Amino acid sequence: MSAFYPVLKRELRSYFASPLAYIILVVFQIISARFFFLYLQGFLQFQLDPSYQLQTGDLNLNNLVILPYFGTISIVLLLIVPLITMRLVADEKKNYTAELLFTSPIRLRTIVFGKFTAALILLIIMLLLSSVNVFVLMVHGNPDFGAVFAGYIGLFLLGASFLSIGIFASSLTDNQLIAAVISFGILLLLWLVGALSDAESTILGYLSVINHYEDFGKGIIDLKDVVYYISLIFLGLFLTYSALESERWR
Amino acid sequence: MPVSGKISFVRLLRSHLERSRRRPEFAFGIGFSGGYSIVSKRRVPFEAGSGPGILTCMVYVHNLTKRYGNLTAVENLSFQLERGDVLGFLGPNGAGKTTTMRIITGYMPPTKGTVHIEGVDIFEEPLQAKRVIGYLPENPPLYNDMTVMEYLTFVADIKQVRRKEKKSRIIYVMEKCGISEVRRRIIGHLSKGYRQRVGIAQALVNNPSVLILDEPTIGLDPRQIIEIRELIKSLSGERTVILSTHILPEVTMICSKVIIINHGKIVLEESLQKLSEDMRSAESIIMRTRQNGEGVIEKVLALGGISNVKPGIAGEYIIVPKKGAEVREEIARIAVENDWGLLELRPVTNTLEEVFLKVIASEEN
Repeated sequence: MSAFYPVLKRELRSYFASPLAYIILVVFQIISARFFFLYLQGFLQFQLDPSYQLQTGDLNLNNLVILPYFGTISIVLLLIVPLITMRLVADEKKNYTAELLFTSPIRLRTIVFGKFTAALILLIIMLLLSSVNVFVLMVHGNPDFGAVFAGYIGLFLLGASFLSIGIFASSLTDNQLIAAVISFGILLLLWLVGALSDAESTILGYLSVINHYEDFGKGIIDLKDVVYYISLIFLGLFLTYSALESERWR
Repeated sequence: MPVSGKISFVRLLRSHLERSRRRPEFAFGIGFSGGYSIVSKRRVPFEAGSGPGILTCMVYVHNLTKRYGNLTAVENLSFQLERGDVLGFLGPNGAGKTTTMRIITGYMPPTKGTVHIEGVDIFEEPLQAKRVIGYLPENPPLYNDMTVMEYLTFVADIKQVRRKEKKSRIIYVMEKCGISEVRRRIIGHLSKGYRQRVGIAQALVNNPSVLILDEPTIGLDPRQIIEIRELIKSLSGERTVILSTHILPEVTMICSKVIIINHGKIVLEESLQKLSEDMRSAESIIMRTRQNGEGVIEKVLALGGISNVKPGIAGEYIIVPKKGAEVREEIARIAVENDWGLLELRPVTNTLEEVFLKVIASEEN
């Protein structure tokens, strides 16, 4: 694994040497902050509503601000992750640097894992930035900290599984645009299968990436959901590995 | 765990298929050998049983075959290189040079056959074998967003260059390849010549004992070509170098051995010394006279030691002497005696170009 660190370092450098990472961070922050503000505004207006007093059990900061805020973040992740991952493998093929990597004394899994970790670090930075809004809320109000924490664990797992699928899409082609379209297609499909059946009991419902997220927002970390995301992550990385390996045999 | 069971079965099946594609006899051997883990750990495959060569040779290529679907890119290619050999790897476009080099470096596996680098099978123990290889692909593998220095540091890291030697090694290769002055520039902004040299520097950074260069002088200007040639010459010695090129004089200048391949097969394998002796012995003489005279051909042939005389245009004759015979003096004498009006008498040496074209042409027929 001694080659893991140089691969990771190079990928991170490549993200932050180009404007891509900064643009992604800024766009993500602007969109999520704007929605955060909208939800907060809505919450404040509700407080003036006379019926508010009767329903105070349901209408708290968690349900009216943080939960929809996390929902927005998950949708923005769906749109932005393909842009983060599209160049990871496709670019190596396009610049012929794959030939350097595959003739170096490093294992293929080290390369895949290094690239995935770099994208993961970018994801963590995005989530940390978004938590500034929640932090402000915590200073001035008293939302349930446990639910916020669980929600972030969920967002992290959700984003990580998106990333692993994105890397797989990137390993299928040497064209970044095609890679982005493929990963967006797969992610959207995985998202929408949930809409076909709401119940988690059916297979389609189980496959949906977003059904598994709902419990996290409520502050419940269910092992079943964690296992789902972790297996999705490993499936994506395994498929990436297989795609690259089988390409050499062709 | 039915899911993981399925995956491991698929992997098992795949690895078996891969193995049997490379060595078809294993496809059926699985049943009675009781598992192939023993087979896969063999360092020296039994089919390459030609003895001690494998372990002592720097590069040992045996029966290499690569098929892409129906297309056979390389067929039964075998050769061996000792320490210090510089191999010129020639062939027309699409002959299989790049494919062969990619297999030797472990970039892609062959359909059949084996490659040993310093006695280590590159597909059984890739991590060990790849450590001693330096490889410049056809297109230099450069990250356009890095500076030269950063790039070489990255390559040194993934090639597992020891931390202590890393810095001095990078400075050394930058100096050797003449890129020290651009070390802080972004690779994407460099000219083609510099990019090529960064590519060569990249191949040298791990101090490889086997250096494989796929058309290293392509896209360089004449002065840079000479510099790179000098560089390659100075690098050989303790290293084994494989060099593919289209520029044939380059081979005569640098290489100690030549292999010409066509349609994936070796059509000529010769040491350069032997080759140039052959070329010299096959030289012919051009005689130019004032005009085509009567009976010149007969008189020249009568001298003896001459195998053929062909008349050319404007008083020219192409005289092919028999092997080793020195006939120029005699020809000059009879030309003056007969008053043919001798204007010119010069030897024509076969160049490697002609050998190359002849070999390729005879193969095609």
